[in-house]
Amino acid sequence: MNQAIPLESDTETEVDFMELDTIIEDEFGNNKENLIMILQAIQRKYNYVPQPALTYLSAKIGIPYSKIYGVATFYSTFSLEPRGRNIVSICLGTACHVRGGERVRERIQESLEISDGQTTEDQRFTLESVRCIGCCSLGPVVKINEDMHGRISSDQIDRILDQYE
Amino acid sequence: MKIQSVKDLEKISREYSTSLYHPEYVKVNIGMASCGIAAGAEAAFNTATEAFADDKAVHIGQTGCIGYCEMEPLVEIFSGGTPRVIYKSITPDKVLDAISDYQNGIDQKKWVLGQMRDPRSLLEDEIDNPLAKVAPFEAIPFLEDIPFYKNQVKIALRNCGYIDPDCIEEYIAKKGYFALLQVLTHSEPGKVLETVKSSGLRGRGGGGFPTGIKWATCAKHDGDRYIICNADEGDPGAYMDRSILEGDPHSVLEGMLLAGYAIGSSQGYIYVRNEYPLAVKRLVTAIKQAEAYGLLGNNIAGTDFRFNIRISTGAGAFVCGESTALMASLEGNVGRPRAKYVHTVEKGFRDSPTNLNNVETYANVPAIVLKGAEWFAGMGTDHSKGTKVFSLVGKIKNTGLVEVPMGISLREIAFNIGGGVPKKKVFKAIQTGGPSGGCIPERFLDLPVDYQKLAEVGSIMGSGGMIAMDQDTCMVDVARYFMDFLKEESCGQCNPCREGIKQVLDILTSICAGKGKEGDIELLEELGSMIQKFSLCGLGTSAPNPVLTTILYFRDEYEAHIRDKKCPSGVCKALFHYEIDADACTGCRVCARKCPQDAITGEKKKAHELNQDLCIKCGICYDACKFNAIAIR
Repeated sequence: MNQAIPLESDTETEVDFMELDTIIEDEFGNNKENLIMILQAIQRKYNYVPQPALTYLSAKIGIPYSKIYGVATFYSTFSLEPRGRNIVSICLGTACHVRGGERVRERIQESLEISDGQTTEDQRFTLESVRCIGCCSLGPVVKINEDMHGRISSDQIDRILDQYE
Repeated sequence: MKIQSVKDLEKISREYSTSLYHPEYVKVNIGMASCGIAAGAEAAFNTATEAFADDKAVHIGQTGCIGYCEMEPLVEIFSGGTPRVIYKSITPDKVLDAISDYQNGIDQKKWVLGQMRDPRSLLEDEIDNPLAKVAPFEAIPFLEDIPFYKNQVKIALRNCGYIDPDCIEEYIAKKGYFALLQVLTHSEPGKVLETVKSSGLRGRGGGGFPTGIKWATCAKHDGDRYIICNADEGDPGAYMDRSILEGDPHSVLEGMLLAGYAIGSSQGYIYVRNEYPLAVKRLVTAIKQAEAYGLLGNNIAGTDFRFNIRISTGAGAFVCGESTALMASLEGNVGRPRAKYVHTVEKGFRDSPTNLNNVETYANVPAIVLKGAEWFAGMGTDHSKGTKVFSLVGKIKNTGLVEVPMGISLREIAFNIGGGVPKKKVFKAIQTGGPSGGCIPERFLDLPVDYQKLAEVGSIMGSGGMIAMDQDTCMVDVARYFMDFLKEESCGQCNPCREGIKQVLDILTSICAGKGKEGDIELLEELGSMIQKFSLCGLGTSAPNPVLTTILYFRDEYEAHIRDKKCPSGVCKALFHYEIDADACTGCRVCARKCPQDAITGEKKKAHELNQDLCIKCGICYDACKFNAIAIR
């Protein structure tokens, strides 16, 4: 939860404020209590939460930027940095852990040359570890985007990663 | 149509019990919960649906999870006059063959898990067994006789795997919403409170607080009362709630409705983990269907009771399973718990009286209301009534979701239902209660499942995660694993938890790295006791449990790490190496082929050698060897 995130605005992503307004107003009724779900909707749209969207959200629903920043950094779902085209989620729940999930993680990290929470330079993969996705019978499990890969061993990693461009 | 009376429910029930029990076509039910889908059920469903698109004699449907996750995807096939057969491990390539196999009278017996003796739930004893007049297949075991199912009693899971979770009518046909209608038309809130209280139902989320007392206390406080369902199932290794939400969402809605009626509330919230998208989807469908039938909204069943349910999703914070943190999160804030000098039943969500229970607790309520408090209290032990759902995972043969009466022994669950440890390895411990629980060693396996008894050995019942561990699980590493988890998930506002857990983790990490010192164990115990006593919320006060129980029961492993610089289980890389046992090695070359470092050499059919300088201890050879020739030294 203690990610170091740059506070200055990134200029790479163009945020469509009109669309943002529709999300905040129509979907979530301008309601402060819906902050977390609004942030989730923004992340679904941009694959991360761009800083300009946070600034706009703050003005729009009247929550101080500091508080929005606090919420966005407290919850592990949110990424304030652009993520890769493919999200690799390694399950590190207890069942996967005792069945060798840690070894799978090491192998993926070696293969992609990134560590947890990072994105490859070519923006192809972002690595995220998650704590239990509830498919314990298939452990160790790696979820790539929406695809579940179960009962995997570390020697299958490269073959699986190759399927994603 | 708006449902106004029990008669309306009965009408729907009659209509849909035909497709549920006596279809005039071959019905193929594919288990489509997350675990089944991950194993290939969705692709199998699509293949089958396409193949039989124009064939009215075969109907492809979906159900939730019937619990035997190890055998997913599970496919049930039956028709009005023929037995109900469950096929196991039906991947997309096998699904069409399985259907024709059933139609041909079953040749592929090894594909079959079993046939049902009785598909009714506990609530349906008024109707006759629909299979009473159906001749069973010969030489195919009954599901109810298979060790995995034999001692299970399904209350919370009564419909999971038996109905289409996206079809409210099938839920109604299994006596769904009868409890609600009965209460609305023939009872009063006080009586419902009394029923829940005397049933002895306790919170299934982990705390184990008596549900009826919680409800009654909340009802006493004035204000806009709220009903919250905690579906933020964060314990790693636990997925009971996911399975209920995905397999039988209406049972949870009905439980919340009954709570709303008994407590006097008109607004409910379900706080679901963000990691459970399918559960959210099924809940949304269920809420819309219930609204369409007038079972949610204003003037429910023509009375002046009104109740609405909204869904809110979490955002990946374990601490939000704590009630006050969950309510803060629901208000759009950072999920930090607060001290509970004033309980949430008095001042909770939006500073109003709030009743919070978890998914499984609510799913039990309609059954209790329909069958009566005495029936429920007749099961279990003195302090723990009814049944409990466990997710039996880890180093266990029959991974899956089991619902057993309270009081059953851990041994019964692990060995009879779970089938013991696979690959002839030696059982070591059972971990219950997730990061707040403890590891229970073999010698306590005869303990009954009971809130008090599990607490006596340093663990807790928890929400129901039950992780089996074997000789290859290092208990120091397990303790380190949980501390690492909790360090990440501590909200950070109180010192004992934030700093204490970090110190414990640092010590454990150094022990696992071979840098443990004399006195470390005592320091861990001291720190653990401090964190237990002085943390603000349940996360902190229970956080040291995994460390303290592993020290208590597996002190020898800690000592081996610290004194002998050895990891007997072969997990902590700095403390062991692999060797090839020349006597056991057959020279099959499997390990040599799989080794990513090419560290294993040797001629075919002759004992191989492992080059220690190249070995990265990835364990691939250890897992691959069928002859136990890779030894941990």
